[in-house]
Amino acid sequence: MAKELWKGNEAIAEAAIKAGCKFFFGYPITPQNEIPEYFSKRLPEVSGCFLQAESEIAAINMVYGAAGAGSRVMTSSSSPGISLKQEGITYIACAELPAVIVNMMRGGPGLGNIAPSQADYYQATRGGGNGDYRTVVLAPATIQEATDLVQEAFDIADMYRIPVVVLADGMIGQMMEAIEWRTPKKRELPKKTWATDGTKLQRQHNIVNSLFIDAGDCTVQNQKLAKKYEAIVQNEIKYSITGEEDPEVVFVAYGTMSRVARAACMRLNEQGIKASLFRPITLWPFPTEQLKAEAVKPNVKAVITVELSMGQMVDDVKIAVEGAKKVSFVGTGGGIIPTPQEIEEAAKKILGR
Amino acid sequence: MEKIVYQKSKGLTDAELHYCPGCTHGTIHKLVAESLEELGLVGTTVGIAPVGCSVFAYNYFACDMQEAAHGRAPAVATGIKRTHPELTVFTYQGDGDLAAIGTAEIVHSAMRGEKITTIFVNNAIYGMTGGQMAPTTLVGQKATTAPYGRQQDHYGSPIRMCELLSTIDGTAYAERVTVTDIPNLMKAKRAIKKAFTLQQQGAGFTFVEVLSTCPTNWGMTPLKAIDWLKNNMIPYFPLGVYADRTEEAK
Repeated sequence: MAKELWKGNEAIAEAAIKAGCKFFFGYPITPQNEIPEYFSKRLPEVSGCFLQAESEIAAINMVYGAAGAGSRVMTSSSSPGISLKQEGITYIACAELPAVIVNMMRGGPGLGNIAPSQADYYQATRGGGNGDYRTVVLAPATIQEATDLVQEAFDIADMYRIPVVVLADGMIGQMMEAIEWRTPKKRELPKKTWATDGTKLQRQHNIVNSLFIDAGDCTVQNQKLAKKYEAIVQNEIKYSITGEEDPEVVFVAYGTMSRVARAACMRLNEQGIKASLFRPITLWPFPTEQLKAEAVKPNVKAVITVELSMGQMVDDVKIAVEGAKKVSFVGTGGGIIPTPQEIEEAAKKILGR
Repeated sequence: MEKIVYQKSKGLTDAELHYCPGCTHGTIHKLVAESLEELGLVGTTVGIAPVGCSVFAYNYFACDMQEAAHGRAPAVATGIKRTHPELTVFTYQGDGDLAAIGTAEIVHSAMRGEKITTIFVNNAIYGMTGGQMAPTTLVGQKATTAPYGRQQDHYGSPIRMCELLSTIDGTAYAERVTVTDIPNLMKAKRAIKKAFTLQQQGAGFTFVEVLSTCPTNWGMTPLKAIDWLKNNMIPYFPLGVYADRTEEAK
């Protein structure tokens, strides 16, 4: 198929429609506005429904209702708006509803700014709302990958009845790249027999709920969720490794930052310093074992995490490496993107070159 | 041969209600269930339970049910109705849920003319959490967070939701009723049936406020509570139709 030039936010919306998502509920916030704008134009063309809600809180609860009634549904927002959605996300997680939530991260904390950021890593990978729950977190590094992952996100959501977060940043949302439309690997998806779409007087009523007032029942639900999360860890981890096979330095980076780290990696390789880039594509489940295997290679002297934050994923990197090698952090929050040269210099300093 | 003179509505399940003695939630559940059954809607309806005393409503109604976060029932209902316009969708909410934390959701659902029905149970207090002050608590009325009675200069006057929502064009129908006696109970049922019927006809947002008692948290016997409602709530929250933007009314 011929390549097409697409803006990230619009490509994400079109990918969702290609995945069969006909319903979108959202609220304006920069830098993701092209997503709702695109849906508002396109969804009526496919007999779907776009609705601009009165708040992010209302939007995520509309998603809860629609998902509970069995529809493929999506919302998107950016950091402060995602904070407002956390209540809804924890309810969706506990009620075991499939939904896709896109976060085009911007600078924080607070109102922050509208520059690219990766400072919502903790919020996305640790649940974000109250209680013991996880969301699958997919982190695309290119617009091609974003369109692939958004489509797969709906299948993962349906397969495990779980909210799936697509975690990107203003850079991915705002830039244009050439893409090819691809369809994800076909999965056998379970029927939504639990959906509240009317009993037709043919069955007992279905209940979509996150209240388990009896401690025994709530314990059972927590353990059921934990078992599901374990299956996701077993089946859904995605990552990529590029660069030298026998590295002296391993960079770990995701999303936009991984592209800059990749450039730094290539610069070092040109200078004879062997470097590789380990890029988690699923941030939860995190590719813990796979990263450890890369880090413990005999000649590795440094593992360097590069992020557009003050250092969040670095915690997961340290957990993975288990003290086997020194783990360092390079990066900053606030919207300034480190250059390949800066990363290269930081790496040399860490290596003592 | 035995003759059946009364049967529980098929709109209700066999689950035992958890409500306190004298509470009117049970009566209001019955009216909603009977209305759905009589209109033939039980199999094509989805109800939304709130957070508050009626949180377990999802166990009691025989139609499909969703439990919403506190105040968000109208947004949840919107998500269901917009993706399944053929279904009848209703929210069942108390005064804390609807008139405090969920004010934005109810106002904007009305603004959009969302084709849903809201049953608003106003008992002027937070029941489930133990008698705290509600936005509909009357001036002077005592609550666990207003031990000296609600003071107007501190909390203002109670909010009147029927009146407020009736100003919004998207509200097709808004009526305030009560269930203190048989005549009022019949009126309440007529209002609920009318709301569901109008939803079927695609009229817009429909809203029935039911003045209700809370003997437990008001600290009264059920009968005294009924009297208190009549003497104190009805004068401030007058019964009647506040909006009827239907063809019939025009």
